[in-house]
Amino acid sequence: MASIRTWMRLALLAGAAMIFAAPVLEASAGVDLPKIEKGKGEKCVEETQFMRRNHMELLKHHRDETMRKGIRTTKHSLKKCVECHASEKTGSVAASKDDFCASCHRYASVKLDCWDCHATKPMKKPIQVAQPSPRMDLAKESVK
Amino acid sequence: MSESTNTESSRRDFLKAGALVAGVTLGPGVLFYGIAHSRAPEEGASSAKRWGMLIDTTKCGDGCNDCVTACNTENGLSGKTGPQDSQWIRKVDIKDLRSGFVQSLPMMCQHCENPPCVDVCPTGASMKRADGIVLVDRHICIGCRYCMMACPYKARSFVHEPLTDQNPEVPRGKGCVESCTFCVQRVDRDEQPACVEACNTKSHQAMIFGDLKDPESAVAKALKAYDSVEVRADMGLNTGVRYQGI
Repeated sequence: MASIRTWMRLALLAGAAMIFAAPVLEASAGVDLPKIEKGKGEKCVEETQFMRRNHMELLKHHRDETMRKGIRTTKHSLKKCVECHASEKTGSVAASKDDFCASCHRYASVKLDCWDCHATKPMKKPIQVAQPSPRMDLAKESVK
Repeated sequence: MSESTNTESSRRDFLKAGALVAGVTLGPGVLFYGIAHSRAPEEGASSAKRWGMLIDTTKCGDGCNDCVTACNTENGLSGKTGPQDSQWIRKVDIKDLRSGFVQSLPMMCQHCENPPCVDVCPTGASMKRADGIVLVDRHICIGCRYCMMACPYKARSFVHEPLTDQNPEVPRGKGCVESCTFCVQRVDRDEQPACVEACNTKSHQAMIFGDLKDPESAVAKALKAYDSVEVRADMGLNTGVRYQGI
């Protein structure tokens, strides 16, 4: 009986030691932060810290504006996020675990369902925007 | 259509002239939108327009599927026609049983002014944009499929399986109802819907798309010149898509 109690005490002590030691061990090993691939261009449309905290709000606001009202500004559009942040390796923002959206969301353990419907890759060919007619160009020149 | 009176057109002309002057005085950006009649990206859809279509069934070829193919390509549909496959536009053949006369026409979302799908939607996902385009907001669609039951035109489909490689401009996914959007992504940059473009490129010229509220638009002029019908006009839905020759 005594030996079993001794063993139990030892086991408890060992468990407690592990629990208290864990943060120390982790800190010494360093937290494995997500490696975020740098996007195209010089900087994002907003400050990085602001985006980290608020990108979901911007996207949600923009989705309603575009979907329901037909407002198609590009500054906060998901399509533009993808264009800049698609990985050079996979060409996508969420195809592999190291891609832009996936890396951080995996780290934060927040499930994304954007990509159930939205494309994770940019448009293959850019949209051909209608060129203004010569008459408009002339008019523009006259304004200058 | 009774609004297209002389006073209305003179008012439009006045506004057009105003826009031109404003363009010259205010700057290049304003000028561009003023003349091109396209709206600025931040402007949003306006109820001053109502998008609509006139389909001439006498020009629509029996067995021709060009509009359907174009729609599938533009919107990333598989093109399969099984009971669980999405079809945004489909060809329907109608036959007069006594004479044996066969007609063929494309059938899709009719973009009703009073859409039954919007009436029945429990979440508000089924919606009509200010410019008359009827859409499904997939962000809040719960996939209940009431709208599919309510639609008299069998225009809506439900996505049963997960999808990949969607067109970036046309997000679609499992668990949502979907239907013809008049290619809203194209219309918003002043292009014609894919089906209309295909029909005209192949020089069938059976489909005319445009603003029903603009008396100068091709579709409004054609509607004024030719007799056209709504399918199931008895329901009083005031459809945006009208047919000629049936």
